[in-house]
Amino acid sequence: MSNRTIEVFLNGESCLLPAGSDLADAIEHWLSEQQIPEKFAAAINGEFVPRSAYADTLLGSGDLIDIVAPVGGG
Amino acid sequence: MQSDELTLYGKTFTSRFLLGTALYESPEQMRDSVSASGAEIVTLGLRRQNPSAGDGERFWQHIRETGCTLLPNTAGCKSVKEAVNLAQMSRELFDTDWVKLEVIGDDYNLQPDPFALLEATQELISQGFKVLPYCTDDLILCQKLVEAGCQVLMPWGAPIGTGRGLLNRYALKALRERFNCPLVVDAGLGAPSQAAEAMEMGYDAVLLNTAVAKAQNPPLMAKAFAGAIKSGREAYLAGLMQTRQTASPSTPTIGQPFWHQQKT
Repeated sequence: MSNRTIEVFLNGESCLLPAGSDLADAIEHWLSEQQIPEKFAAAINGEFVPRSAYADTLLGSGDLIDIVAPVGGG
Repeated sequence: MQSDELTLYGKTFTSRFLLGTALYESPEQMRDSVSASGAEIVTLGLRRQNPSAGDGERFWQHIRETGCTLLPNTAGCKSVKEAVNLAQMSRELFDTDWVKLEVIGDDYNLQPDPFALLEATQELISQGFKVLPYCTDDLILCQKLVEAGCQVLMPWGAPIGTGRGLLNRYALKALRERFNCPLVVDAGLGAPSQAAEAMEMGYDAVLLNTAVAKAQNPPLMAKAFAGAIKSGREAYLAGLMQTRQTASPSTPTIGQPFWHQQKT
C-alpha cells in the first residue's frame, strides 16, 4: 500500500482507495463497480453517516464501512 | 359490527396482523403471503448485501408493491449503540420514524435486554423516533417504556422462532389490565389458535413471521392466522363467558320428561 492509497474495509472486505477520498467518492466508485446495492444506508466505524454528510466525510486508513440494504426481517 | 380500527402512533389500520418478511423461500412467496394475510404493516431489516445475488432488488420491489406501512427492525443488535445507529440508518433508508426496537441480551433465547432496551428507547424517542419496543412481559419494564414515551408495547409470547405460544399468560394478562395503550404480542407464536388466544385476551394485534414463513404453504397459513386474529378480536369484543367449576345444563331442566318419575 503506497502513501497514495488507503486501505478501508467495505462490509468486512479490504478495499484500496486513493488517499484523500471522501465517502461520496468511495460510494460512487463502489456503485459503478456494482459492489453495493443502489438502495443503501451507510455507517463508518459503527456510526451512522447521513447521506447529506457523505461529501464531507473524509475516509482514513483502517475505516470500517458498513453499507446495508433492505432484507426480510421479523 | 362497528368500525374497529387499530391505531398506532396516530395511524389507523383495519388489519390487526403484523407480518414479518424473512425466512420465505423466495421474494415471491413472501409477497403472496403478505397479500393473503391482509397485513397492512410488515417488518423488515437491514443487512450487508451482495448486489450480484439479485434477490435484494426483487425483495424491495415486492415490498413496495404491497403498499404496506414499513416497520424496520433492529434485529441482531446487542448494544444501545448498535440499535440506535441501525435505527438511524433505517429512518434514512425507509423514510420512516417508526422502528421495531430490538436489543438482544442473550443468544440462547434471544431475550430482550431490558436495561439496554430502555436506554435505547429513551435515546431514540429524544431523536424523534416512534418506538415499538420488542420487550419481555415484565410489568415494570413496560411501565418504564411507557414513561419513556412508547405509545405501543410489543411483549413476547415466547422466544423468537420457537412457536411455543403464550408462555406466561398471567404476565400477559397483567399487562392488558395495567395498560390502555395498544399491546401487540410479538414473537413465539406457532399456531393460529395461539394468536386467537392473544386476541381473546384483549391484545390489540399480533406480530409474527416464522409460523407463516416456515409453514408448508405460507400463503395459506397467513390466511389461517388472519382468520384466527379476526375471530379472537371479535370474541374479545363480544365478551367471553366466565369459566366455572361445576357443570350447568344448557338445555332447560323444567319440563324434563321422565324426571323423578316412579311407578306407584
